[in-house]
Amino acid sequence: MLSRVANNVYWTSRYLERAENTARIVNVHGNMLLDLPSSLGVGWEPLLAITGSGELFYRHYRNADERNVVKFLLTDTRNPGSILMSLASARENLRSSRDIVPRESWEAVNDCHRFARERVEEGITKRNRYEFTKHIMRVIQQVSGFLDGSMSRDIAYCFVRMGRHMERADMTSRVLDVRAANLLPPADRGDGVSQDPLVNTQWMSVLKSVTAYQMYRQHMRFRVTGPDVLRFLLQNREFPRAFFFCMDQLEHVLKELPHPEAALRRVARLQRRIQSADVHALAERGLHEFIDDLQIGLGELHGDLDALYFRGTPAPETAGD
Amino acid sequence: MAIDWSQYRAEGLYDELVDADGHLRPPARVLCEYLASLDGAELAELKSAAELAIQVMGITFTVYSEGNNIDRAWPFDIIPRIIHRREWERTQAGLEQRVRALNLFIQDVYNDQKIIKDKVFPGELLKNSRNFRKQCVGHSPPLQVWAHICGSDLVRDRDGTLYVLEDNLRVPSGVSYLLENRSVMKRVLPELFENNTILPVDDYATQLFDMLASISPRPMDYPEVVVLTPGIYNSAYFEHAYLAQQMGAELVEGSDLVVGDDDCVYMRHIEGLKRVDVIYRRIDDWFLDPEVFNPESTLGVPGLMRAWQQGNVGLANAPGAGVADDKVVYAFVPEMIRYYLAEEPILPNVPTYLCMHDEEREHVLASLEDLVVKPANESGGYGMLVGPKSTAKERKKFAELIRQDPRNYIAQPTLALSTTPTFCEDAVEPRHVDLRPFILQGDGTYVTTGGLTRVALVRGSLVVNSSQGGGSKDTWIVDLPDAATDQQ
Repeated sequence: MLSRVANNVYWTSRYLERAENTARIVNVHGNMLLDLPSSLGVGWEPLLAITGSGELFYRHYRNADERNVVKFLLTDTRNPGSILMSLASARENLRSSRDIVPRESWEAVNDCHRFARERVEEGITKRNRYEFTKHIMRVIQQVSGFLDGSMSRDIAYCFVRMGRHMERADMTSRVLDVRAANLLPPADRGDGVSQDPLVNTQWMSVLKSVTAYQMYRQHMRFRVTGPDVLRFLLQNREFPRAFFFCMDQLEHVLKELPHPEAALRRVARLQRRIQSADVHALAERGLHEFIDDLQIGLGELHGDLDALYFRGTPAPETAGD
Repeated sequence: MAIDWSQYRAEGLYDELVDADGHLRPPARVLCEYLASLDGAELAELKSAAELAIQVMGITFTVYSEGNNIDRAWPFDIIPRIIHRREWERTQAGLEQRVRALNLFIQDVYNDQKIIKDKVFPGELLKNSRNFRKQCVGHSPPLQVWAHICGSDLVRDRDGTLYVLEDNLRVPSGVSYLLENRSVMKRVLPELFENNTILPVDDYATQLFDMLASISPRPMDYPEVVVLTPGIYNSAYFEHAYLAQQMGAELVEGSDLVVGDDDCVYMRHIEGLKRVDVIYRRIDDWFLDPEVFNPESTLGVPGLMRAWQQGNVGLANAPGAGVADDKVVYAFVPEMIRYYLAEEPILPNVPTYLCMHDEEREHVLASLEDLVVKPANESGGYGMLVGPKSTAKERKKFAELIRQDPRNYIAQPTLALSTTPTFCEDAVEPRHVDLRPFILQGDGTYVTTGGLTRVALVRGSLVVNSSQGGGSKDTWIVDLPDAATDQQ
């Protein structure tokens, strides 16, 4: 497979996942705010932090209020990470490799992009936001269905999965970083379990931001606590958006590709880092630094993939570190 | 509304399916009678079935100016243009003869220039030819073939004579539509294919692959052949993707290729670099290699010319082949055929006045109103003056252009292009058509069965280019038992 085509498929997959994730966090956040007293002052800024787009946002807007942040994340063409622009990028990447994917998925992406573009204005009103984000999530799930249901498990499919799991690992770690930062009890309280119902509401929304609430309840059969949420979203081996699960999937994918050694080493290091993490200690302190580490690891892993597969030059031998 | 052929007339013109007395031409009889047997609703159904097939099959073309909406459905008419096999065989022989002579000419002008020394072709024409590449002088590509793929445009005049209007030797396009039009017709009118001897067209991709493989620098069964496209915004991207897919070749962009220190061409694969043997390039010479041609080009591959000159990669068409794709050089093709092949041309040229010759130029300037004036190196119908439809202002502008650069202009009489029945709003009306067959030359010569019939969908219009309101039709080469022909 041509490097350019592999790169296109990988990015198509990442952008689709990103659009879906963005739709979800906007949706969940809006819902959560309805349950929290406005005096808590949570506001919409955390979404800018999760998507890492605060700086860009303030270049164009003065206030991080609901209207501005939602517009920025959903349909602003100046934000390359907005849903509209993610879909546009997915579509552009797919266009020159549309022979690779099932026809229905190309049509669905096309259609979803058209939908987002046509609803630029109405999608961002409070009333329509729910329908808009739900529709985006549904169509992208549909595309995933077409890809999973009718693509041969060949090289192209490897890059679909690779993009998907990279993006999921990235989103899960960002959500944890930002959301948990405000929620973890100060070290001096020391019990790790909050009795505050509002804090619980927020932990639930952490889970919901990555569709994990239902599976968490089934798996943990326990009330929602900080350390357990961390354990579930970082270390769970079965939940598809848990960081460890994503690394597992990347490992499997890489083993099907030529000369994956350098990238596999990187994945193995990330896996070790997660497995050995003490979630109770992290709930006390150091979570931000820990997640920073994971983020750096993901960035390096992407660099490896780029060097190994997307530049199409002979595989460089990356040293042990 | 049902079709009543007795009401159909192409006044004063040659019609491809109906003769001057209103009789159906023998090869068209089965089709026309079938269409006449359908009522209005059935015809409408046929038309929408064809439109649906086109959408479903994703046949599109791109118009440069449309910005984001780059895909447009291909306008297609369901009434095919029909040619008798006997006439086609003669045409085919004429096209083969022409392409052989053109390749000998290109080889000659880049090497010995015998045709100039023998004063058959004026050497000064090369000096200001926009498509003569000095970088190709002294080079001799495999099989001494330069124009591997040629698309020649044929038009029929009032008296029924088929003329060659031009030869496209750079990056001729349209063959995918020829092939797709046939698939659409077979889906929509299968019964006619059962009851008629319509010669098949579908071996083109195989012939193309074999031809490309024949210029591989490494002799082997499956050389690595790629199609080089400028990318998705090119008007013929659909065709590039289509041909790559049909041949099982990789569709690459310039950035996918790299020339190594060994002067061989490689493509960037996820496994690393992979050697490429033959490139079917759909990029103009000028953009092919920024080291040699346009230094700003990002579509091409730095070092590609070096690799080609070393004989490490086959390029089709060869750089510089466009020297013969020039409307002035065109005027000399009949002489080339006599000179190189010692044969009489089978297919005539359209009479052509060369503005570089004083006498002919004066004639052209005096009769601009009756002539079509064309610049030597444009294609796609751009930059032309159609005399009878022009304004005084346009004629004045062209007279000026011709005086400034006589070498760059030719003029031809306006032909009364033949027509063929075409579905218009709610009736069948005559519309002008041309025909573009494709000729392949490698170690042998191959001509497509028929060609791409392009039709000017606007009443009275002579412009058939898809970028300017043209559409296309399926082209049937029909074999008839002799008895049926004799009734003609």
